[in-house]
Amino acid sequence: MAERKHMSMSTKRRIGNVASYVTLALISIIWILPFVFLLLRSFDVGNTGPSSAIFPEKFGFGNYIYLFTAGADFLKWYFNTFIIALVVCVVQTAMQFSMSYVLSRYRFKLRKFMMNFMLVLGMFPGFLTMIVLYQVLKTIGLTGANAVPGLILVYVASSGMGYYVSKGFLDTLPKSLDEAALVDGATRAQIFVRVILPLCKPILIYTVLTSFMGPWGDYVFAYTVSLGNEAGMNVAAGLNSWLAPNMINDHFAPFCAGGVVVAIPVMVLFLFLQKYYVEGVTGGAVKG
Amino acid sequence: MKNYTDLELLRLSKAKRTGHKIGVTFRSIPGKFKRLGIKIGLFFKNLVFGIGHWFRDIALTFVRGDWKTKVSYFVMGFGNVSRKQIFRGILFFFFEVIFILYMALFGGRYLSKLYILGTNEKTIVDGVELPGDNSFNILLYGVLTLFFIVAFIYTWNLNIKQNRINEQILKDQKQLDTGKDDLRALIDKNFHKTLLALPTIGIIIFTVLPIFFMILVAFTDYEASHSTFFGWVGFDNFGQLFNWSNSGGSKFSMTFGQILLWTLIWAFFATFTNYFIGMLIAMLINKKGIKLKKLWRTVLVFSIAIPQFISLLFVSKMFTTDGIINSLFHTHIDFWNNQWSARICVIIINLWIGVPYLMLVVTGILMNIPKDLYESANIDGANGFQQYTKITLPYMLFITGPYLLTSFTGNMNNFNVIYLLTGGGPETQAYYQNAGRTDLLITWLFKLAVNKGEYDFAAVVGILVFIVVAGLSLIIYNIIPSTKNEEEFQ
Repeated sequence: MAERKHMSMSTKRRIGNVASYVTLALISIIWILPFVFLLLRSFDVGNTGPSSAIFPEKFGFGNYIYLFTAGADFLKWYFNTFIIALVVCVVQTAMQFSMSYVLSRYRFKLRKFMMNFMLVLGMFPGFLTMIVLYQVLKTIGLTGANAVPGLILVYVASSGMGYYVSKGFLDTLPKSLDEAALVDGATRAQIFVRVILPLCKPILIYTVLTSFMGPWGDYVFAYTVSLGNEAGMNVAAGLNSWLAPNMINDHFAPFCAGGVVVAIPVMVLFLFLQKYYVEGVTGGAVKG
Repeated sequence: MKNYTDLELLRLSKAKRTGHKIGVTFRSIPGKFKRLGIKIGLFFKNLVFGIGHWFRDIALTFVRGDWKTKVSYFVMGFGNVSRKQIFRGILFFFFEVIFILYMALFGGRYLSKLYILGTNEKTIVDGVELPGDNSFNILLYGVLTLFFIVAFIYTWNLNIKQNRINEQILKDQKQLDTGKDDLRALIDKNFHKTLLALPTIGIIIFTVLPIFFMILVAFTDYEASHSTFFGWVGFDNFGQLFNWSNSGGSKFSMTFGQILLWTLIWAFFATFTNYFIGMLIAMLINKKGIKLKKLWRTVLVFSIAIPQFISLLFVSKMFTTDGIINSLFHTHIDFWNNQWSARICVIIINLWIGVPYLMLVVTGILMNIPKDLYESANIDGANGFQQYTKITLPYMLFITGPYLLTSFTGNMNNFNVIYLLTGGGPETQAYYQNAGRTDLLITWLFKLAVNKGEYDFAAVVGILVFIVVAGLSLIIYNIIPSTKNEEEFQ
């Protein structure tokens, strides 16, 4: 009797597991399918407009070749985005980390005020400031073809406000580390560079990763600042311009190909550093 | 309602106990609001008293100070230089010179016109263009000058404080810091100021100043059609919000109400569908006996790793009448042209983007739930559902409370999903400036500003978004049990 009950328990578990696997497989298919469609469309050289067909009429690398020919500005956009992302990830990480380090480790008079103030500032929609920043960039000539430095400036300038995740991480490092170093006669700058920075590798990698990925996906501001000038666009704004009603009919498949070319490095980077990303996301979520 | 002691509470039946708990929670809400009100009141009281104290200190320092201090009220840094703090003194003095030059040559002009934003428009007389006032520049540089004045007052106050402190130090027969000491302090005692300098200046110039500017724009008639010549209109733009009559031609208030309602509905569904489905999937993957855990997670994370403008634009095309979805099912549904199907679609597609984040967050927390809770529940014969509602869910809700709030407000401002999927459409004549049925306040703001050039109304919408988000956060943070006592973590 006891034996049978045990058996039924394990059969039950097995059925449960099979059901779980089926559900997971279904979910995975749903999650992957759009990318499969995207990939298939990018190889369609028979019909380069939007299409309801799942499989291409004619397979070929024509769309990819088109991306890298002189006729398309794709290479220019790609290069722009890469430069932006490179500069942004260095400067933004430095500024964000300085801010979180100070807010986590020091207790000074304006600290609480600064934190509350940044919290309140963060509640204003980001696009509100876009109107002014755009006009200012236009006045100093950093729009249109020269949009790249303008974009970098705007992405980087306020990055101190995103200090939350790193601060959450720094808060978990014991303060006795700093105190011990202070007793040993280290200056505050030495503590920062020699003691704290080496311990913060995971969160630094997370910050670099997220700030590198940000510019690849920013469409709205890049589009506004480039003023429709192809030389100043990033990939998002540029590829999106191919979906305009007068372009889409022969540019949809190249758009998909461009999407694949953009997605691959970002994806590889992401999967490679997924561990750090998970630490960052969970750390930030729990500690707010 | 009766007040129970802990022991009495334990003796009550389960239902009664739960009822009691709910009652207590609701009864405490007015008290919490009262405390919130008191807090705000105290803040203003402190502000007024603080300013009073400041004036008194300034006056007292002047009266009690020696002649060096008194001169410093007019020539900044004089006190420092005469007390051999040359480095600081010169910095103060330079700041004062720059400020005076700026005001005389540049700022003063704009500041004096700020109250009216320019009087003469650019005109063309006999083919010759006469430059008029540029209201945008007047407003922008006027605001900049105001900020500069505040910075000056702050520095001036610092200068006076230094005199006061230095007098005291000298009276105590101690040494004053030299320039060398000051520089050394930048990497030691004042290292935090060194680190903060750049990020803070960036935030002030690129966030605080623009926000302040846009708040002012809400009180003007700044629009693209006359972008260099506009004036103050007071509360007129806000007045439109309360102008409920449709006959006046203004649909602004009705549109705002409708879009706000949809924004809240969207944020609610987007947050909670993501939350529960993400949690279920995370639990499914974490279940004992499920293999390839890493693979399942990686597959889901794909949709985070790919830039949204690619994935969302492509998915949006999949749902058109001649898109892949319709051809898969041999249907001909116009998903994006019907307000209800469009709204349902964005909520469902948002799952595809949002669930992986939740899964990542939840996975970490699930592993931290003490295992013995489940073991003892198993022994007591609780089934899976009971374990979920009695252990997992309360634990998750407790830990992720603040996260839920931020993702709620984040979803209210979730520009990408809406803009890339539907562009706010289907557009309707019934709304002001043909706003769309899936437009959130944030996309509406963007369209008003960028497509329609109505910067003044965009600013009004922006301020209202802020008020809604800030109000919600303030209320919820003060009502939910806060898990955020930061000193406890360290």
